[in-house]
Amino acid sequence: MTVVERREIALVDLLDRLLAGGVVLTGDITLRIADVDLVRIDLNALISSVNEQVPSPFEELA
Amino acid sequence: MTGLRYVYAVCRPFGTPLQAELRGVMGAPPALLHHHGLVAVVSTVPEADFCEDALKAHLEDLDWLAATARAHQGVVDALTTVTTPLPLRLATVFRDDSAVRTMIEAREDDFRRLLDRLHGRVEWGVKVYLEPGAAEPEPAAAARPASGRDYLRSRRRQSHEQEERWQRAERFAHRLHERLAERAEEFRMHRPQNAALSGSPGQNVLNAAYLVPRAHSEEFVELVDRTKDEEAGMRVELTGPWAAYSFSGEVSGTSSAEGSGSSSGAESGARAGAESGARAGAESGARAGAESAAGPGEGR
Repeated sequence: MTVVERREIALVDLLDRLLAGGVVLTGDITLRIADVDLVRIDLNALISSVNEQVPSPFEELA
Repeated sequence: MTGLRYVYAVCRPFGTPLQAELRGVMGAPPALLHHHGLVAVVSTVPEADFCEDALKAHLEDLDWLAATARAHQGVVDALTTVTTPLPLRLATVFRDDSAVRTMIEAREDDFRRLLDRLHGRVEWGVKVYLEPGAAEPEPAAAARPASGRDYLRSRRRQSHEQEERWQRAERFAHRLHERLAERAEEFRMHRPQNAALSGSPGQNVLNAAYLVPRAHSEEFVELVDRTKDEEAGMRVELTGPWAAYSFSGEVSGTSSAEGSGSSSGAESGARAGAESGARAGAESGARAGAESAAGPGEGR
């Protein structure tokens, strides 16, 4: 498999899977942080780190 | 007991022990919790960091999120070398071992069904990018517009070319996807990645995951490899093999990207907000970083 250079996995590729994929269970702690919340959280974190000037698109949801 | 239980994955029992040096979230070594013929892979995390409030705050911290995601992936990746794990979503946390056992009992039928479905299969990620400014070398001879009308004409031509490039990219991505889907058992469309977040040059027009038997992975990879130089101005990227994250979600509700309207789905609303209307962005030509494209799989 020549194409698969083992570079460090890009964080966005990781988050596509870890925040949008995987089995969703209702844990003791995470019961309200499932699904949609996490998707919001990851973008929120990423956007604010990429550009402090970009206002959060989720403010109204807070 | 001051620690909570972080669960990475559920597996069937496997003979090989985990590497002794393997570390999970916050540096703790993962352990195997056997119950009802299944294995939960767990580690202990401090309650102070993983109680609901702390977790919410941490998840907004990119460094923390990245470290946790990489640790989670590290454990799941190690599991893929010895078994086919069913990966859980990031930050699935239980009070103690007995809560994990209760969870296994409640979901064991689902777990077994999914584990059977995924056995011996891996996920490959394929992304297609329209390279920035590729294939549009301005005829250098026609340097300065002679008049306002020439200027407008050239502007119109440019936006026309822009649109053509976009359509060509979509056709290419669509053709590639059809070929790959034929070789895969299942596929999922992820939302195209925002260039500002990924740091990758170009416009992401396809971001898909394919479920492929390990035995056919080499062929699949070769197929992707062959398409790389097929069309000028397009870049094809392969990631994997991944544990089947994209195929482990709920049976219902995971396929919202397939055949649904391009901007529908409450679940996608959050992302769509930040990756505003792709087509509009592409057509205007004046694209800000925080925009992305709708994938070709999102039927239109």
